[in-house]
Amino acid sequence: MIAFLVKRIGNAILVMLTVAFFAFLIFRFLGDPVEMMVNESATQVERDELRTRLGLNDGFLAQYVRFVTNAAQGEFGLSWRNQQNVITLIADRFPATFELVIIATILSLAIGIPLGVFTAIGRGRWWAEGLQFSSIVGVSLPSFFVGIILILAFSVSLGWLPGYGRGEVVQLGWWSTGLLTPSGRAAVVLPALSLSLFQITLVMRLVRAEMLEILRADFIKFARARGVKRQALWFRHALKNCLMPVVTLTAMQVGNLIAFALVTETVFQWPGMGMLFMQAVTFVDIPVMAAYLCIVSFIFVTLNTFVDIAYAVIDPRLRAA
Amino acid sequence: MQLSRILVTGVALLALAIPATAGTLKWGASRDISSLDPYSYGDSFALGVLNHAYEGLVRYDRNLKIEPALASSWEIVSPTTWRFKLREGVKFHNGADFTAEDVQASLLRATNPKSPLRGNIPAYKGSRVIDAHTIEIDVSANYPLLANDLTTIYIFDAGWLTDNNAEAPTDVGSGTEGYATYNENGTGPFKVESRQPDAKTVFTKFDGWWDKPQHNIDRIELTPIASPATRVAALLAGDIDFTDQAPVQDMPRLAASPEVKVLEGTDLRTVMIGFSQRDQLLSGAANPMKDLRVRQAMQLAIDLDLINKKVMRGKSRNAGALVAPQIPGYDAAIDTPVKADPEKAKALLKEAGAEGFEFEFNCADSLVNEEQVCQAVASMWSRVGLKPKLDQGTRAVQTPKRSSGRVDVYTLGWATLPMLDTYSLTSQVLHTKEGSFGIFNWGGWSDKEFDKVTEASAVELDQTKRLAMEAQSLKIAKDHALMIPLHQQPLAWATTAKIKDFPLFSDNLPRLWLVKM
Amino acid sequence: MTIVDQTTKNIVRSAPSRLARLRDSDLWWSFTRHPSAVAAATLLLLLIGSAFFAPFITVQNPYDLASLDLLNAEIPPIWMEGGQWPFLLGTDTQGRDLLSAILYGSRASIVIGAASVAVSLIVGSSLGLVAGYYGKWADGLLMRAGDVLLSMPTMLIAILVSALARQALPPSLREVGASGVIVLAISLSAWVQYARTVRALTMVERNKEYVQAARLIRVPTWRILVKHILPNTTTPLLVTATLNFGLGILIEATLSFLGVGMPPEQPSLGTLIRIGNQYLFSGQWWIVLFPGLQLCLLVVSINVLGDWLRDALNPKLR
Repeated sequence: MIAFLVKRIGNAILVMLTVAFFAFLIFRFLGDPVEMMVNESATQVERDELRTRLGLNDGFLAQYVRFVTNAAQGEFGLSWRNQQNVITLIADRFPATFELVIIATILSLAIGIPLGVFTAIGRGRWWAEGLQFSSIVGVSLPSFFVGIILILAFSVSLGWLPGYGRGEVVQLGWWSTGLLTPSGRAAVVLPALSLSLFQITLVMRLVRAEMLEILRADFIKFARARGVKRQALWFRHALKNCLMPVVTLTAMQVGNLIAFALVTETVFQWPGMGMLFMQAVTFVDIPVMAAYLCIVSFIFVTLNTFVDIAYAVIDPRLRAA
Repeated sequence: MQLSRILVTGVALLALAIPATAGTLKWGASRDISSLDPYSYGDSFALGVLNHAYEGLVRYDRNLKIEPALASSWEIVSPTTWRFKLREGVKFHNGADFTAEDVQASLLRATNPKSPLRGNIPAYKGSRVIDAHTIEIDVSANYPLLANDLTTIYIFDAGWLTDNNAEAPTDVGSGTEGYATYNENGTGPFKVESRQPDAKTVFTKFDGWWDKPQHNIDRIELTPIASPATRVAALLAGDIDFTDQAPVQDMPRLAASPEVKVLEGTDLRTVMIGFSQRDQLLSGAANPMKDLRVRQAMQLAIDLDLINKKVMRGKSRNAGALVAPQIPGYDAAIDTPVKADPEKAKALLKEAGAEGFEFEFNCADSLVNEEQVCQAVASMWSRVGLKPKLDQGTRAVQTPKRSSGRVDVYTLGWATLPMLDTYSLTSQVLHTKEGSFGIFNWGGWSDKEFDKVTEASAVELDQTKRLAMEAQSLKIAKDHALMIPLHQQPLAWATTAKIKDFPLFSDNLPRLWLVKM
Repeated sequence: MTIVDQTTKNIVRSAPSRLARLRDSDLWWSFTRHPSAVAAATLLLLLIGSAFFAPFITVQNPYDLASLDLLNAEIPPIWMEGGQWPFLLGTDTQGRDLLSAILYGSRASIVIGAASVAVSLIVGSSLGLVAGYYGKWADGLLMRAGDVLLSMPTMLIAILVSALARQALPPSLREVGASGVIVLAISLSAWVQYARTVRALTMVERNKEYVQAARLIRVPTWRILVKHILPNTTTPLLVTATLNFGLGILIEATLSFLGVGMPPEQPSLGTLIRIGNQYLFSGQWWIVLFPGLQLCLLVVSINVLGDWLRDALNPKLR
């Protein structure tokens, strides 16, 4: 078990080092920081001075070592656009993205699981097949287009819900939350819905597939023969057994949702990490882009490693892999 | 229907539950300021926003004329020295008194080699504190525009800078944050209460302001909303009270709404097209645009009226000169927009042997509907047989290409800010690129006759003579078709109906201390 | 562009023969029994056909700046007041006929989606074959590379590559390069999926007797790989490829919507939606709505087909 742990964590570290290398390549070779930072009317001499001060004239290896050492300590330098510590900037935005992703995840479970169960037990009936078909449509809709349509319908035409921003936020230490104010709660509805649409269909299809499998299993047939009621059978026995894959999927998808949130955040002007990243892309703010890449990958890798290890704890056969 | 009514009532009840915020003005801007430090980035919009908290020795009044602010009076004591009498009884937001030491510390900070604001005060040589409320500033000989330059050199509290280790502007290269990036201590009518970058910056009224307030605002909430459509929706819903960037295409809809007042005018910013004057194009081919006839042909191909009508919705002002009428040095005689004549353009191109040449057209995204303007112009050039290749990108992506001269044809918007004088354009955009001249001369042209007149205007203290010289240099630029002026941009502000008096400024910088709600 | 076109055509052309090889009658029987699959296939054929014959059926070439007239800007669809022949679906802000722009835009989307599938399929399955057959360091390298790429979300890689690589392109290459960069951006993480599938199947097949026998009689390795092992992987690859085709189109549209995809003078569906989004509230809703609907139809029809294909080829679910 310990060997497995070491191997798995070593692998994760290796992956992170490679990601950091990519981030460094971006940092070093794309975009010219000097042009972004100097005043428009700076002379060539001033530009050269700044280049030297930023260490852009040092050798490749020296810059790479400096980058990796700093990155390992969570030090990505200052944003070229806001002159703020990149990690502070990202940490400030993290709660917004995290709340959005969590609400979207909850929505996807709350809607996806019951829908999955219904389509499984109603297999072959018109309404279940209709739902199943509409889930394909759900996977196919581009999330930015869904966002635009949601804003157009609920925000502009009906005026029910805000179509941008986070509303009023409350500061709890360094964590900012929009969930404690009415305007904050109203603001999260549309973006969370738009972000979760894809995830809902994913959960629904998974639950359906798992349910169909389990309903064919022997223990269900025995239970049925013993006279357990059908509702109890579906919800207590069958559903319980297909929750594990759902939990795994959800955990692994959190990283994807964080990445995908950048589209939603752009459409809804949600002040999270994704919007920060997209702004960094427009401003060629390379330190922010590099740091965002590292951090999102880190979350991703951590979650995956965690899921792997959890699985190995549950099922020792997997440790060999 | 029933459901919607219930929901609407619910929302209305929720709205009632929030305490009425009297005197709060919610400003929906198209972007955020990058820092609270006015010396962090030489950006007109950020300087305009921070002017609510920080002030300079002088400021622009309602008519964009210079008026005393922290200085009560000034005089030119010698060709190289200006003496400023400072206002007494002025307090900083932290309670400290305003003295000549503060001015000196601020000038030092603004002209620090790391300061991006250095270019805003090019003639500065040094300063001397005479007494607590008198300071002398040395400039290069006979420099006429120091007062204009000082409008954006905001004054910090010297003691506050020292205490917080912020005497020098933030150096991004050093990797440490500057105190002034997050904190503010100016003398202005509002102080910063809180700031969440890219989400919300809150200003509250400063009771100890030296000037008599003409406004009745207690609180300003600045929220960046990048998407124009969202901004319009927010304004119509009453989520914001004011935007300084209403999309021109939405103005009719806004004007029709009883909840909204639109404020329209013409911006000082003139949009123009520049050409490379180098021997080769980016493709390596010979550059036909060195021929005056080719530049004229390209100008004749552009239908300004059509762009005005379709892209700018009739809100822009077609331009014949490179500066707006309000700018000193403007001459109405040369401000005659060129009428489109595609046939003549084709003939000129044929004459010059430049039919159908291919070039890069470098376009950014910071002007009003720039993407649409560029496509329209490119399409008009295509119709006279030219082959423009549009290179569209964000400003940050395009600026390096432009300033290193990797362009064939490009767009430029120039408002002469913060100087508000033709000299800003002639010295920085049109003069040969040498020393501190011609920084924005991206096309790399050089016109000796033009340079001579421009340099002479820089050392002329007699206003009438100076303006005549500037008009003359604009005439040369027009005759040689150095750049093609397109239009002055529309100025499109919009407020909710509850705001009573909101003065419009053609430099596109809102001055909320003059607003009555 | 020509290479990309060629590849797409090859895929389209070779599709029937490959289908023929795959238990022909079963699949066809299942197909005819699924009205949704038939409908999706018909719709998809219609969409692809109209996109590829766009130059012959549209009233203008929306990519040719000289054919645009600003005078025609923002004409509403023909059935509305102010609508004008021949602009059936109206025009955009540059006087571009929207129907023409949609068809040309769909062509760009389809070509990019197909090319990214082709690139990642070819790269992924060759790497997977090699890694699965030889094992050892080749396998380790491939698996680690896959780990790294999969630890960075696809969308993030695509945005980074697309935003950054385009700047590095020399101007002369930009016109062709824009779509090439997007293909690269999508394929960069998509190949891993194919590689892993092929690798796993190859590892199983490698030790089977017929492969051992072939090795004994000195059949060249490449022949074993291509003739014997690869055919076993077509079924799962076909399903993955179909679904990734739709995904590729979606990613392209998202990139263009975010402003890091196709340039405005060669609008794809995503670019049209991005531009139209600015005019959504000023009354020109058609600029965003029609390209959006076209995009949805395209991806839905592909995914419905992919979904049917997966069920049809998976005996467990029958």
